[in-house]
Amino acid sequence: MAKRVSASNVTAYYGGFKAIENINLTVEPKTVTALIGPSGCGKSTFLRSINRMHEVLPGARVEGSLTIDDQDIYDRDVDVTAVRRTIGMVFQRPNPFPTMSIFENVVAGLKLNGVRKKSILEDAAEKALRAANLWGEVKDRLGKPGAGLSGGQQQRLCIARTIAVEPQVVLMDEPCSALDPISTLAIEDLMFQLKDKFTIIIVTHNMQQAARVSDRTAFFSIEKTGDPGRLIEYDNTQKIFSNPSVKKTEDYITGRFG
Amino acid sequence: MGETPHRSADAGTGGTRVTQSHEWPAGASARVAEAPVSTRSPGGTGLGGGGALPRSRRFGAERAFRGLTLAAGTAVLVIIAAIAIFLVAKAVPALRANTENFWSYEGWSPNETEPKFGIGALAFGTVLSSALALLIAVPVALGIALYLSHYAPRRLGTALGFLVDLLAAVPSVVFGLWGRDVFSSPVRDFSVWLNEHFGWIPLFGGDGPFGASVMLGALVLAIMVLPIITSLSREVFLQTPTANEEAALALGATRWEMLRTAVLPYGRPGIIAAMMLGLGRALGETIALALTLGITFGISFNLIQNGGNTIAANIANAFGEANETGRGALIASGLVLFTITLIVNITARAIIYRRREFTESAA
Repeated sequence: MAKRVSASNVTAYYGGFKAIENINLTVEPKTVTALIGPSGCGKSTFLRSINRMHEVLPGARVEGSLTIDDQDIYDRDVDVTAVRRTIGMVFQRPNPFPTMSIFENVVAGLKLNGVRKKSILEDAAEKALRAANLWGEVKDRLGKPGAGLSGGQQQRLCIARTIAVEPQVVLMDEPCSALDPISTLAIEDLMFQLKDKFTIIIVTHNMQQAARVSDRTAFFSIEKTGDPGRLIEYDNTQKIFSNPSVKKTEDYITGRFG
Repeated sequence: MGETPHRSADAGTGGTRVTQSHEWPAGASARVAEAPVSTRSPGGTGLGGGGALPRSRRFGAERAFRGLTLAAGTAVLVIIAAIAIFLVAKAVPALRANTENFWSYEGWSPNETEPKFGIGALAFGTVLSSALALLIAVPVALGIALYLSHYAPRRLGTALGFLVDLLAAVPSVVFGLWGRDVFSSPVRDFSVWLNEHFGWIPLFGGDGPFGASVMLGALVLAIMVLPIITSLSREVFLQTPTANEEAALALGATRWEMLRTAVLPYGRPGIIAAMMLGLGRALGETIALALTLGITFGISFNLIQNGGNTIAANIANAFGEANETGRGALIASGLVLFTITLIVNITARAIIYRRREFTESAA
């Protein structure tokens, strides 16, 4: 269920602007990897390159190679929708479909894949909501609008929607930045449970969060505004936060810049 | 959506290492900002001021503006009431003088000494031609709107959108003349072809003559309501939150699936509103139909034979030579048209209201 993600020489552009340059890193299956770094350093761009969401924006493109278990996701013969089904994504702000109920939100991905049978959808919805630690709170009101939940519940709903299609890799783009501390804790706990089944890559601005949830941490940075973001250091989380080998990493995590 | 505190999680769980480097303790910035504010009241007691609280002013801009808006709101009601009273007062004597059943009689001769007129055929023709026009226009309009908002390159989309809007600025008499003099001949040929091959369907039956038919009127009407429906639905589609579109794409949706999952449901109330506006225009359209329809007084589902009539077209055709009773009869028919439009609007509201729970939380 979980796959290895490798990037080699990944460079991404927005039109003429080079946002990240020559990123090389490998993420092992069933681990949580945190991407940290100052604003504008390309963490999110890199994350969105992993499931080909980067190219959705007009003029955006990616060079280099990205593989999941040795299959190049940027190969010309690869179906981009299949890539995104294999590599799910949770966004910064909770984005449940406003016109759909809680149940419809969770099974939206399955319905897109042509699953129509009610019993299968119901089982999958319960499984995904349980996995997202939301089942107990919503089981009596599955027909109510998903947008009526609290922010933290909405984000867990979005996580349930993402894992309902049983992806191999789950990308999370600052999933807690719009949430209160208690909801944040709930989602961090969830990440611990989910890494038994999925490879998780999370972008976060919160270094304590990176230290708490991740096994490995990648530090991105830029020289100055307008320069492309680069991967500065990538190591075990413990090492990054206690004894980083690059001066710049140390400066960042001790709060001297960024 | 209500509760989505910005970045509160970062602030809340941010630990010591990050906050140590801040120069000011939390709250310091607020104190600095307060200092220069006290210029508005002399004595430097600050805006919050010392001493007794001042009395509220009895006649301020607040009150004046409130009165002004109240007057404007009341004016609408007064005008509507005045129109309604006028229409009813004119219509009732004509309806009294009618020697046939107003609802079922198929014909319109209110100027005789024994006035005979009935609304049934006209109301039927109005609803039939408008419904048909909507049936033709909506799929085309939604297709154009989706193309302009989600497929066309931005610059082309803007240019084409402008052209579509321009179509709305063409006066309806121009559409009517074009329909009668130019468009009627291809429609006639098409009608003959339909009659030959599908004549066994009552809709396309009859022995002719063809051309100045409900179909021609409905097609011209469809072209006329197209820009309204297109530009409104395009606006609605453009307002779909990017976050929802990306959510659908990230689940592995193709472009069309994304439109179906995120854009169309989100735009549903807007689409219904656009359709109702289009229908409103179609129901009230006068001169284009007066020029293109065959003007008969009968209830028939036949779409291709010369014939058809609507309330508004009949008013345009008959008003010139109408006497007192004739004008009253036409006003009565106008009241019926008004009622039809009202029912259509109420139905549309009801449809939107039914999904209120979902659309409101979306806002």
